[in-house]
Amino acid sequence: MGLGAWVLVAAVVAALALGAWRASTNGVFRGTHPVGRVAGDAAPVSTSSTDGVSLLAGTSYDAQRGERATLLQFSSAFCAPCRATRRTLAEVADEVPGVTHVEIDAEHHLELVRALGVLRTPTTLVLDGDGRELVRATGAPRRAQVLSALAGGL
Amino acid sequence: MSTVITARPTPVGIDPRGPRVTATLTSVVLAVVLLTPTGLAAALLAMQAVIFGWGAWRGVQHTPYAAVFRAVVRPRLAAPLELEDPRPPRFAQALGLGFSAVGLAGFVLGSSTVGLVATGLALVAALLNAVFGLCLGCELYLILRRAAAR
Repeated sequence: MGLGAWVLVAAVVAALALGAWRASTNGVFRGTHPVGRVAGDAAPVSTSSTDGVSLLAGTSYDAQRGERATLLQFSSAFCAPCRATRRTLAEVADEVPGVTHVEIDAEHHLELVRALGVLRTPTTLVLDGDGRELVRATGAPRRAQVLSALAGGL
Repeated sequence: MSTVITARPTPVGIDPRGPRVTATLTSVVLAVVLLTPTGLAAALLAMQAVIFGWGAWRGVQHTPYAAVFRAVVRPRLAAPLELEDPRPPRFAQALGLGFSAVGLAGFVLGSSTVGLVATGLALVAALLNAVFGLCLGCELYLILRRAAAR
Protein backbone atom coordinates (compact mmCIF):
# COMPACT_ATOMS: atom_id res chain seq x y z
CA MET A 1 0.00 0.00 0.00
CA GLY A 2 1.39 3.40 -0.96
CA LEU A 3 1.53 6.43 1.31
CA GLY A 4 -1.59 7.89 -0.32
CA ALA A 5 -3.66 4.83 0.60
CA TRP A 6 -2.40 4.99 4.20
CA VAL A 7 -3.30 8.67 4.39
CA LEU A 8 -6.77 7.81 3.07
CA VAL A 9 -7.29 5.12 5.73
CA ALA A 10 -5.98 7.44 8.47
CA ALA A 11 -8.27 10.27 7.32
CA VAL A 12 -11.35 8.02 7.32
CA VAL A 13 -10.54 6.61 10.78
CA ALA A 14 -9.82 10.08 12.18
CA ALA A 15 -13.04 11.52 10.77
CA LEU A 16 -15.17 8.66 12.12
CA ALA A 17 -13.52 8.80 15.55
CA LEU A 18 -13.85 12.60 15.80
CA GLY A 19 -17.45 12.53 14.62
CA ALA A 20 -18.44 9.75 17.00
CA TRP A 21 -16.73 11.46 19.93
CA ARG A 22 -18.44 14.73 19.11
CA ALA A 23 -21.83 13.07 18.76
CA SER A 24 -21.42 11.41 22.16
CA THR A 25 -20.50 14.64 24.00
CA ASN A 26 -22.88 16.96 22.14
CA GLY A 27 -25.26 18.76 24.46
CA VAL A 28 -24.11 16.87 27.57
CA PHE A 29 -24.08 19.14 30.62
CA ARG A 30 -21.05 18.75 32.83
CA GLY A 31 -20.12 20.07 36.23
CA THR A 32 -18.85 23.53 36.88
CA HIS A 33 -15.75 24.64 35.17
CA PRO A 34 -13.72 26.69 37.65
CA VAL A 35 -13.84 30.19 36.27
CA GLY A 36 -12.35 33.50 37.19
CA ARG A 37 -14.69 36.36 36.55
CA VAL A 38 -13.85 38.91 33.89
CA ALA A 39 -10.69 40.19 35.44
CA GLY A 40 -8.86 43.49 35.73
CA ASP A 41 -8.48 45.66 32.69
CA ALA A 42 -10.12 43.05 30.46
CA ALA A 43 -13.48 43.76 32.10
CA PRO A 44 -15.92 45.22 29.58
CA VAL A 45 -17.59 47.33 32.24
CA SER A 46 -16.45 47.88 35.83
CA THR A 47 -18.03 45.41 38.22
CA SER A 48 -20.36 46.65 40.89
CA SER A 49 -19.35 45.97 44.46
CA THR A 50 -22.78 44.77 45.57
CA ASP A 51 -23.06 41.92 43.10
CA GLY A 52 -19.82 40.02 43.09
CA VAL A 53 -20.88 36.44 42.40
CA SER A 54 -22.62 36.68 39.06
CA LEU A 55 -20.55 35.69 36.05
CA LEU A 56 -22.33 38.45 34.22
CA ALA A 57 -21.70 41.09 36.89
CA GLY A 58 -20.78 44.37 35.29
CA THR A 59 -22.20 43.48 31.89
CA SER A 60 -25.48 44.69 30.50
CA TYR A 61 -26.68 41.10 30.47
CA ASP A 62 -26.74 40.85 34.25
CA ALA A 63 -30.17 42.47 34.38
CA GLN A 64 -31.55 39.70 32.19
CA ARG A 65 -30.68 36.91 34.60
CA GLY A 66 -33.49 34.66 35.75
CA GLU A 67 -34.70 34.52 39.33
CA ARG A 68 -34.04 30.81 39.61
CA ALA A 69 -31.72 30.08 36.71
CA THR A 70 -30.31 31.51 33.51
CA LEU A 71 -29.59 29.61 30.31
CA LEU A 72 -26.61 31.53 28.99
CA GLN A 73 -25.89 30.71 25.36
CA PHE A 74 -22.78 31.75 23.47
CA SER A 75 -23.36 31.92 19.72
CA SER A 76 -21.57 33.10 16.63
CA ALA A 77 -22.56 33.82 13.07
CA PHE A 78 -20.51 30.84 11.88
CA CYS A 79 -22.57 28.34 13.76
CA ALA A 80 -25.42 26.32 12.33
CA PRO A 81 -26.40 24.43 15.55
CA CYS A 82 -26.73 27.75 17.41
CA ARG A 83 -30.18 28.26 15.93
CA ALA A 84 -31.48 24.90 17.09
CA THR A 85 -29.99 25.65 20.51
CA ARG A 86 -31.68 29.05 20.59
CA ARG A 87 -35.06 27.46 19.86
CA THR A 88 -34.65 24.76 22.50
CA LEU A 89 -33.46 27.13 25.21
CA ALA A 90 -36.08 29.80 24.44
CA GLU A 91 -38.77 27.15 24.64
CA VAL A 92 -37.54 25.88 28.01
CA ALA A 93 -37.23 29.44 29.34
CA ASP A 94 -40.81 30.12 28.29
CA GLU A 95 -42.09 27.04 30.05
CA VAL A 96 -40.13 26.98 33.27
CA PRO A 97 -40.94 29.88 35.60
CA GLY A 98 -37.99 31.92 36.86
CA VAL A 99 -35.70 30.76 34.06
CA THR A 100 -34.48 33.08 31.32
CA HIS A 101 -32.51 32.56 28.15
CA VAL A 102 -29.72 35.00 27.38
CA GLU A 103 -27.85 34.72 24.11
CA ILE A 104 -24.49 36.41 23.68
CA ASP A 105 -22.63 36.87 20.41
CA ALA A 106 -19.25 35.35 21.31
CA GLU A 107 -17.38 37.26 18.63
CA HIS A 108 -18.31 40.59 20.14
CA HIS A 109 -17.61 39.61 23.74
CA LEU A 110 -14.21 37.98 23.49
CA GLU A 111 -13.15 39.11 26.99
CA LEU A 112 -16.12 37.31 28.50
CA VAL A 113 -15.51 34.31 26.23
CA ARG A 114 -11.92 34.05 27.48
CA ALA A 115 -12.82 34.63 31.11
CA LEU A 116 -15.39 31.86 30.96
CA GLY A 117 -13.20 29.51 28.93
CA VAL A 118 -15.67 29.19 26.07
CA LEU A 119 -14.00 27.49 23.10
CA ARG A 120 -16.75 26.81 20.63
CA THR A 121 -20.29 27.75 19.82
CA PRO A 122 -22.87 26.93 20.85
CA THR A 123 -21.81 26.67 24.49
CA THR A 124 -24.63 26.80 27.04
CA LEU A 125 -24.00 27.64 30.70
CA VAL A 126 -26.65 27.07 33.31
CA LEU A 127 -26.36 29.79 35.97
CA ASP A 128 -28.06 29.63 39.34
CA GLY A 129 -30.23 32.42 40.77
CA ASP A 130 -27.13 34.35 41.82
CA GLY A 131 -25.49 34.04 38.41
CA ARG A 132 -22.97 31.34 39.39
CA GLU A 133 -22.20 28.65 36.89
CA LEU A 134 -23.73 25.26 37.68
CA VAL A 135 -23.04 23.23 34.55
CA ARG A 136 -22.21 23.78 30.91
CA ALA A 137 -22.62 21.96 27.60
CA THR A 138 -21.10 22.45 24.18
CA GLY A 139 -23.03 21.62 21.04
CA ALA A 140 -26.79 21.74 20.66
CA PRO A 141 -28.46 20.24 23.76
CA ARG A 142 -31.78 18.43 23.53
CA ARG A 143 -34.75 19.71 25.47
CA ALA A 144 -34.60 16.79 27.93
CA GLN A 145 -30.92 17.48 28.59
CA VAL A 146 -31.67 21.12 29.42
CA LEU A 147 -34.59 20.21 31.66
CA SER A 148 -32.58 17.66 33.61
CA ALA A 149 -29.67 20.10 33.97
CA LEU A 150 -32.13 22.62 35.40
CA ALA A 151 -33.70 20.02 37.68
CA GLY A 152 -30.27 19.20 39.06
CA GLY A 153 -29.47 22.82 39.81
CA LEU A 154 -32.71 24.28 41.09
CA MET B 1 -37.95 35.44 28.19
CA SER B 2 -35.49 35.15 25.37
CA THR B 3 -32.95 37.73 24.36
CA VAL B 4 -31.31 37.44 20.99
CA ILE B 5 -28.42 39.67 20.10
CA THR B 6 -27.81 39.72 16.38
CA ALA B 7 -24.88 41.74 15.20
CA ARG B 8 -25.43 41.65 11.46
CA PRO B 9 -28.38 41.06 9.20
CA THR B 10 -28.50 37.41 8.18
CA PRO B 11 -28.15 36.76 4.45
CA VAL B 12 -30.71 34.67 2.59
CA GLY B 13 -30.52 31.06 3.76
CA ILE B 14 -29.45 28.07 1.69
CA ASP B 15 -30.67 24.49 1.70
CA PRO B 16 -28.46 22.80 4.35
CA ARG B 17 -28.33 19.60 2.32
CA GLY B 18 -26.44 21.42 -0.45
CA PRO B 19 -23.20 21.76 1.55
CA ARG B 20 -23.54 18.10 2.66
CA VAL B 21 -23.67 16.97 -0.97
CA THR B 22 -20.80 19.33 -1.80
CA ALA B 23 -18.76 17.83 1.05
CA THR B 24 -19.53 14.32 -0.21
CA LEU B 25 -18.36 15.11 -3.75
CA THR B 26 -15.31 16.91 -2.32
CA SER B 27 -14.50 13.82 -0.23
CA VAL B 28 -14.63 11.59 -3.31
CA VAL B 29 -12.33 13.92 -5.28
CA LEU B 30 -9.84 14.15 -2.38
CA ALA B 31 -9.86 10.35 -1.93
CA VAL B 32 -9.09 9.93 -5.64
CA VAL B 33 -6.26 12.48 -5.27
CA LEU B 34 -4.76 10.24 -2.57
CA LEU B 35 -4.93 7.14 -4.77
CA THR B 36 -3.66 8.45 -8.11
CA PRO B 37 -0.10 9.05 -9.37
CA THR B 38 1.38 12.46 -8.55
CA GLY B 39 0.77 14.16 -11.90
CA LEU B 40 -2.93 13.36 -12.06
CA ALA B 41 -3.25 13.95 -8.31
CA ALA B 42 -1.84 17.46 -8.68
CA ALA B 43 -4.21 18.25 -11.56
CA LEU B 44 -7.24 16.98 -9.62
CA LEU B 45 -6.21 18.85 -6.48
CA ALA B 46 -5.72 22.02 -8.53
CA MET B 47 -9.28 21.62 -9.84
CA GLN B 48 -10.56 21.10 -6.29
CA ALA B 49 -8.61 24.16 -5.11
CA VAL B 50 -10.28 26.28 -7.80
CA ILE B 51 -13.69 25.01 -6.66
CA PHE B 52 -12.84 25.76 -3.02
CA GLY B 53 -11.71 29.23 -4.07
CA TRP B 54 -14.92 29.80 -5.98
CA GLY B 55 -16.96 28.59 -3.01
CA ALA B 56 -15.04 30.86 -0.64
CA TRP B 57 -15.44 33.85 -2.93
CA ARG B 58 -19.00 33.47 -4.18
CA GLY B 59 -20.48 31.09 -1.59
CA VAL B 60 -20.77 27.32 -1.53
CA GLN B 61 -24.16 27.50 -3.25
CA HIS B 62 -22.48 28.75 -6.45
CA THR B 63 -19.98 25.92 -6.96
CA PRO B 64 -20.37 23.22 -9.66
CA TYR B 65 -21.06 20.71 -6.86
CA ALA B 66 -24.02 22.81 -5.76
CA ALA B 67 -25.25 22.79 -9.35
CA VAL B 68 -25.12 18.96 -9.24
CA PHE B 69 -27.11 19.08 -5.98
CA ARG B 70 -29.76 21.35 -7.51
CA ALA B 71 -30.03 19.36 -10.74
CA VAL B 72 -29.84 15.79 -9.43
CA VAL B 73 -30.42 15.59 -5.68
CA ARG B 74 -32.82 18.33 -4.64
CA PRO B 75 -35.63 17.38 -7.07
CA ARG B 76 -35.77 14.01 -5.25
CA LEU B 77 -35.96 15.52 -1.75
CA ALA B 78 -38.77 17.19 0.14
CA ALA B 79 -38.45 20.90 0.84
CA PRO B 80 -35.90 21.61 3.58
CA LEU B 81 -37.25 22.03 7.13
CA GLU B 82 -35.17 25.14 7.56
CA LEU B 83 -32.58 27.12 5.68
CA GLU B 84 -29.00 27.60 6.76
CA ASP B 85 -26.76 30.63 6.98
CA PRO B 86 -24.43 30.50 3.92
CA ARG B 87 -21.48 32.10 5.76
CA PRO B 88 -20.27 29.08 7.79
CA PRO B 89 -19.91 26.75 4.77
CA ARG B 90 -18.29 29.59 2.87
CA PHE B 91 -15.70 29.99 5.60
CA ALA B 92 -15.14 26.21 5.51
CA GLN B 93 -14.50 26.44 1.77
CA ALA B 94 -11.80 29.02 2.49
CA LEU B 95 -10.12 26.60 4.91
CA GLY B 96 -10.38 23.88 2.25
CA LEU B 97 -8.65 26.23 -0.15
CA GLY B 98 -5.85 26.70 2.38
CA PHE B 99 -5.28 22.95 2.78
CA SER B 100 -5.44 22.25 -0.93
CA ALA B 101 -3.06 25.14 -1.71
CA VAL B 102 -0.50 23.68 0.70
CA GLY B 103 -1.03 20.22 -0.80
CA LEU B 104 -0.71 21.53 -4.33
CA ALA B 105 2.50 23.36 -3.45
CA GLY B 106 3.79 20.06 -2.05
CA PHE B 107 3.02 18.15 -5.25
CA VAL B 108 4.39 20.88 -7.53
CA LEU B 109 7.58 21.42 -5.52
CA GLY B 110 8.33 17.71 -5.42
CA SER B 111 7.25 16.75 -1.90
CA SER B 112 4.39 14.35 -2.50
CA THR B 113 4.35 13.61 1.25
CA VAL B 114 3.32 17.21 1.99
CA GLY B 115 0.79 16.96 -0.84
CA LEU B 116 -0.74 13.76 0.50
CA VAL B 117 -0.86 14.82 4.15
CA ALA B 118 -2.45 18.20 3.39
CA THR B 119 -4.99 16.44 1.15
CA GLY B 120 -5.65 13.97 3.99
CA LEU B 121 -6.37 16.83 6.43
CA ALA B 122 -8.78 18.41 3.97
CA LEU B 123 -10.41 15.00 3.58
CA VAL B 124 -10.94 14.68 7.36
CA ALA B 125 -12.80 18.00 7.37
CA ALA B 126 -14.83 17.11 4.26
CA LEU B 127 -15.80 13.69 5.68
CA LEU B 128 -16.86 15.18 9.02
CA ASN B 129 -19.16 17.49 7.11
CA ALA B 130 -20.46 14.81 4.74
CA VAL B 131 -21.05 12.06 7.31
CA PHE B 132 -21.90 13.99 10.48
CA GLY B 133 -22.92 17.41 9.21
CA LEU B 134 -20.13 18.82 11.35
CA CYS B 135 -18.36 21.92 10.06
CA LEU B 136 -14.82 21.75 11.42
CA GLY B 137 -13.87 25.16 10.06
CA CYS B 138 -16.87 26.73 11.77
CA GLU B 139 -15.90 25.10 15.07
CA LEU B 140 -12.39 26.50 14.81
CA TYR B 141 -13.68 29.95 14.01
CA LEU B 142 -14.14 31.13 17.61
CA ILE B 143 -10.77 29.74 18.67
CA LEU B 144 -9.13 31.61 15.79
CA ARG B 145 -10.96 34.80 16.73
CA ARG B 146 -9.95 34.41 20.38
CA ALA B 147 -6.33 33.96 19.40
CA ALA B 148 -6.34 36.79 16.84
CA ALA B 149 -7.80 39.37 19.21
CA ARG B 150 -5.39 38.61 22.03
